[in-house]
Amino acid sequence: MYAWMFRRLPGPLWVRILITLVILAALVVVLFGWVFPAISPYMPFNDGLVGSPSPGAGGTAGMGAA
Amino acid sequence: MSRGRRRADGTARGAHRAKRTSLLGGAIGVLGELLLTLGALMLLFLVWQLWWTDVVADREQDTIVAELDQQWGEAEQAIAAPQDGPPPVPDTLGDTMVWGTMHVPEFDRQRVPLAEGVSLEKVLNVKGVGHYPETALPGQVGNFSVAGHRNTYGRPFEGIARLEEGDAIVIETAEAFYVYEVTESLVVMPDAVEVIAPTPGQPGVEPTEAMLTLTACHPMYSARERYIVHAEFAYWTDRADGIPEALAPNGQEG
Repeated sequence: MYAWMFRRLPGPLWVRILITLVILAALVVVLFGWVFPAISPYMPFNDGLVGSPSPGAGGTAGMGAA
Repeated sequence: MSRGRRRADGTARGAHRAKRTSLLGGAIGVLGELLLTLGALMLLFLVWQLWWTDVVADREQDTIVAELDQQWGEAEQAIAAPQDGPPPVPDTLGDTMVWGTMHVPEFDRQRVPLAEGVSLEKVLNVKGVGHYPETALPGQVGNFSVAGHRNTYGRPFEGIARLEEGDAIVIETAEAFYVYEVTESLVVMPDAVEVIAPTPGQPGVEPTEAMLTLTACHPMYSARERYIVHAEFAYWTDRADGIPEALAPNGQEG
């Protein structure tokens, strides 16, 4: 799959390597900036509050925070 | 793929079989690549959670503290005498607003912002430690309760288990320093709301003392239980006079 994608990229080898690196960097930025922050409330290891009902309840204000 | 097909040239049956195996092989290859991708994504998530959230939160919280110092004016390094009168009531400014800082000389990060509310997204993950809105304020009779992360997001309470009886926890506001001394530490279940009751551990009982309570995750990297530290109000000082003795750079060991 990835080999096929890599062959599909235009230009000589070094250009294709460059494009691949740029795509990977963009992917990491999107994951760190948006995707991971969005899914982290559903992870069961971040809660230091007392009285919150259950993890994964989403980020409402007050005692119900995930 | 194409190499396999070329080798199978000759009989139609051979070509057919080779195509089928190469299709199967291709599918397994794609599946393998997807699984590798999934593994890489999980690893990347851990990197983000365990490292990047600290980087971002440290930067953000240092900025907040620097801005507060600018706004309040840096406290003099002179040791201020404890005040006798009733402590001033801090203005909490409204939900999610930063209205003070918390100093714990025992911690690695000795000073973190203190904001109103315990929303993870709006307070604890970004600004530092958060005041449970229904609880008392610093210096007041009752139980001034504060939540913070023990891991990730700047980990303001990372050293919470190192606190021992008598250790100082100091709240700083625009007007005053409120000094508390640790009385006890305990581990409770997450639903143990009585730890932040006005009289800690005894919900419904009219408070007679000014207490402070910290709540954090326990064990480390888990949220199965809560680590609780109770402290008792000792004295307050006027911020215009300097810093309280508990924050003196070479004060008592600790």
